[in-house]
Amino acid sequence: MDLSLSTRTVGDRTVVEVGGEIDVYTAPKLREQLVELVNDGNFHLVVDMEGVDFLDSTGLGVLVGGLKRVRAHEGSLRLVCNQERILKIFRITGLTKVFPIHTSVEEAVAATD
Amino acid sequence: MATVELRFSALPEHVRTARLVAAAVARRAGVDEAVLDEVRLAVGEACSRAVGLHQTAGIAEPVRVALIEEEKQFSIEVGDEAPRSVPGDRASQGGADTDVEAEEDEMGLAVISGLVDDVEVTAGEHGGLIRMTWPTTPPGVALT
Repeated sequence: MDLSLSTRTVGDRTVVEVGGEIDVYTAPKLREQLVELVNDGNFHLVVDMEGVDFLDSTGLGVLVGGLKRVRAHEGSLRLVCNQERILKIFRITGLTKVFPIHTSVEEAVAATD
Repeated sequence: MATVELRFSALPEHVRTARLVAAAVARRAGVDEAVLDEVRLAVGEACSRAVGLHQTAGIAEPVRVALIEEEKQFSIEVGDEAPRSVPGDRASQGGADTDVEAEEDEMGLAVISGLVDDVEVTAGEHGGLIRMTWPTTPPGVALT
């Protein structure tokens, strides 16, 4: 199972739909995608993780890197995830305090700080 | 000897193979189904870390994974051959890149220690070893 990525625009947000496995091999592809989006001026990102089967610390590192990039432009990076096994990884690393995690893309898109 | 041994070139694309093999052997050994996701993640973290250490140090030797079925427990050992005088002192050796790698390395270890109750991390001049152990349910014993 490889990584699949697709992006779409919803209002002023860019939704990145991620599917498959995010690990040490595939994480660079996600990093490239996030860097490209930010370089193109997309500073409000919603990363939809509902199709993700596996996430490791390399993937977490890429998401944190993405967050740093959008914050440099006063942007935001929100996650959509309902899968317990993926949420657990955010919890044990303390990243639930760093990322706003939503239960649906609609909720993430509508959210403001 | 270990129940199953695996040696793979220190390349990121092989880490997934190690995860799949480890999970398959763990299942056979009687590790609870609910814990298999944790086994998969922990062994992936340990292998990713070993691959990173080999690549950083330019080591051509393979990464070693031993899957060991014992009475009432199942252990996984992931060994690297990256020498260090003191565990975790790589950060003091170089510039910003080394710092970032050391940070990622620590994140991997943080995930492992958050997931696995029984884990030992050792490192010396000949490399490092992460040993993780899970309890198993012997066949025929009812889960109540």
